[in-house]
Amino acid sequence: MDTSLFLLPEGETGIVEEVFLPWETRRRLLDLGLTPGARVSCLFSAPSGDPRAYMVRGSVIALRREDAGCVALCRG
Amino acid sequence: MGLTLRSVGKNAADTIDIEAGACRTAALAGNPNVGKSTVFNGLTGLHQHTGNWSGKTVLTAAGSFQVDGRTYALVDIPGTYSLRAGSAEEEAARDYIAFGGADLVVVVCDAGALERNLNLALQILEVTPNVILAVNLMDEAKKRGIRVDTGRLAALLGVPVIPMAARRKKGLEELKRAVADFDPPPYAYTARYEESVENAVNLLEMPLENLLDGRLNARFAALRLLEGDPGMLARMDAYLGFSLARNPAVASALARAGELLRRAGIRSGTVGDRLIAGIYKSAGDICRQCVSGPAGYGERQLKVDRFLTRRLTGIPVMLALLALIFFITIKGANGPSDLLYGLFERVGRALERGLAALGAPERLTEALIFGVWRVLGYVVSVMLPPMAIFFPLFTLLEDLGYLPRVAFDLDAGFRRAGACGKQCLTMAMGFGCNAAGVVGCRIIDSERERIIATVTNALVPCNGRFPILIALISMFLISSGGTGASILAALALTGFIVAGVVATLLASRLLSRTVLKGRPSSPTLELPPFRAPKVGEVIVRSLLDRTLFVLGRAAAVAAPAGLLIWLAANLRVGDSTVLGLVTGALDPVGRFLGLDGVILTAFLLGLPANETVVPIMIMAYAASGTFQGYEDLDALRGLLLDNGWTAVTAVCTALFTVLHWPCTTTLLTIKKETGSVKWTVLAALLPTAMGAAVCALIAHIFG
Repeated sequence: MDTSLFLLPEGETGIVEEVFLPWETRRRLLDLGLTPGARVSCLFSAPSGDPRAYMVRGSVIALRREDAGCVALCRG
Repeated sequence: MGLTLRSVGKNAADTIDIEAGACRTAALAGNPNVGKSTVFNGLTGLHQHTGNWSGKTVLTAAGSFQVDGRTYALVDIPGTYSLRAGSAEEEAARDYIAFGGADLVVVVCDAGALERNLNLALQILEVTPNVILAVNLMDEAKKRGIRVDTGRLAALLGVPVIPMAARRKKGLEELKRAVADFDPPPYAYTARYEESVENAVNLLEMPLENLLDGRLNARFAALRLLEGDPGMLARMDAYLGFSLARNPAVASALARAGELLRRAGIRSGTVGDRLIAGIYKSAGDICRQCVSGPAGYGERQLKVDRFLTRRLTGIPVMLALLALIFFITIKGANGPSDLLYGLFERVGRALERGLAALGAPERLTEALIFGVWRVLGYVVSVMLPPMAIFFPLFTLLEDLGYLPRVAFDLDAGFRRAGACGKQCLTMAMGFGCNAAGVVGCRIIDSERERIIATVTNALVPCNGRFPILIALISMFLISSGGTGASILAALALTGFIVAGVVATLLASRLLSRTVLKGRPSSPTLELPPFRAPKVGEVIVRSLLDRTLFVLGRAAAVAAPAGLLIWLAANLRVGDSTVLGLVTGALDPVGRFLGLDGVILTAFLLGLPANETVVPIMIMAYAASGTFQGYEDLDALRGLLLDNGWTAVTAVCTALFTVLHWPCTTTLLTIKKETGSVKWTVLAALLPTAMGAAVCALIAHIFG
């Protein structure tokens, strides 16, 4: 693991390695397309810096720090 | 603001009536925000409310359409990303697709995010091969340079694929025709998983085929058994009428399959991960063959989004937009309101003369004209113009896709309050109608957070209360006309709305620290691309669907309320009237809160519909006990001043308007949604306590 999704700077892209969350939450993120190997980029952040908006598989989803921090990435 | 006839009207039932005599029933499935409601409306001609944000279809709706004289039923089910359900809504969608018995499923997809949409479509293909893929938003995808080869997609999937742009009415006829002509496909695509999973499925398929007898797809059932989600397994058993896992043949196959997976390094509890990854791998393979174009986010869109969410600009832009909408509403509604008011007065006098000429008893004429007609006239003239301006403007923002950005900006506040970020969306629905907002809370997954959102929904003013605020502000706080005054009025109104939002956050925080303890679960909020709204349609739709409906409801309550007040103001007990006795008794409490007995009485009598609060107040003040009929609305200010109103009274009344018990419709909806008297009582007490505390405080500091 190089970094987590939350640490991915705005405008950069990474590759999902694994999601370290309980099944209920993990399932939701996987179903949105954050499966291992998926390309994801960080687009913009909310005024307080959390949540952040990520582009994955053609759509934009907002994730809170506690979730994004549990998605392991390798730099793409 | 999901306020339509459907959401709070008589059709707001959980059960759905499927058109009798239809020769075929199609379910309409899809991810949230792919234009499913637009497709539904386009096919059936019904007016399900649509908006550019996720999770709007909170109620399952049914409609029908005809092709060549034959009727086809269509069932709109809530949007979902997956058949692996989290929320009650997703469960409803999954259950209808898996067990609902529709003849075929139309899966509406977003051409601009086909890969993610295929996740759902491929899962549905595991339930049934009777699928039509409606690839919607082709026009928007094209604008972004994305092209979908629907012919190739149809060839790969083996099911009909219809390219659509439902907002432009493109593809609707083709989809109708495809439903009418549908034949079960000889071949339909099934996602293939890694070898060990496929071997495990094979082990289970044989005993399942025998047992299920075609009532469920054996491969689908095998995958669910391997995945082992207890909720889904229980639901399957309930549908079949027996326990699958307890069948000896299935149990032994499942044990062998589990062993096989373990040897392949797949731990129990992680089969679901492999299945989702497998489906996405298939979806990716398909998309590589049928989709071309840029995968990134548009530069211009990104600039706009960054502007709307930056630390320095996000919240200020939001407040400025809100104030701008209020400014246009107040400024624009002023003239028409006066005009309507005058019209009602003239017609009232004519009616009075007419009734007198017919020889009607004087008391009856008074009751009808001073009681019913004047209250009705007030409600219509004060409510109609602002609603006719406010609703279309708000709908435009909604259509554009701005609401999810607001939820994104405010998420930190809700997180700190221990609540769900989606509560921001249900709060926004509450601005339209709190009852609709309460129903909307079904989009929240966690029960704890759903109750928080439900109980606090009435802390933001609905459209029944906006006119009270507008009337108070324009009558009392900012009385002179002119643009400067309208700007001040808009800012004051924005201030009261912000007070409602702050109260929502504080109340949520209080609840999540006390009776509803727990960690906030994080929402998955999708931020859809901006869409150019169709202005004409927005105006027509918001006028017909929202304005007239709300006005009708208000008028239906106002007319009898007017009569009741007139009677209370004219029936005498000893020296004073019934109304006088009531307001007198409530006066000490009212005074303590910076209000008075009349204002408090008006709020109590306004319980069925807040729209009647101001007319009740005015009638009660008027010496003869009837609404005196002032030439214009400004003259009402004199009446309030004569009855001892000060700026503090007006501010307290406005705050109490925002913070008091919800109307009966909302309370009944809360009871229905939570199934609990306790939460319903709390939903009434909490805002009232907050309002009383704030008003008493202001009254004692400034009074």
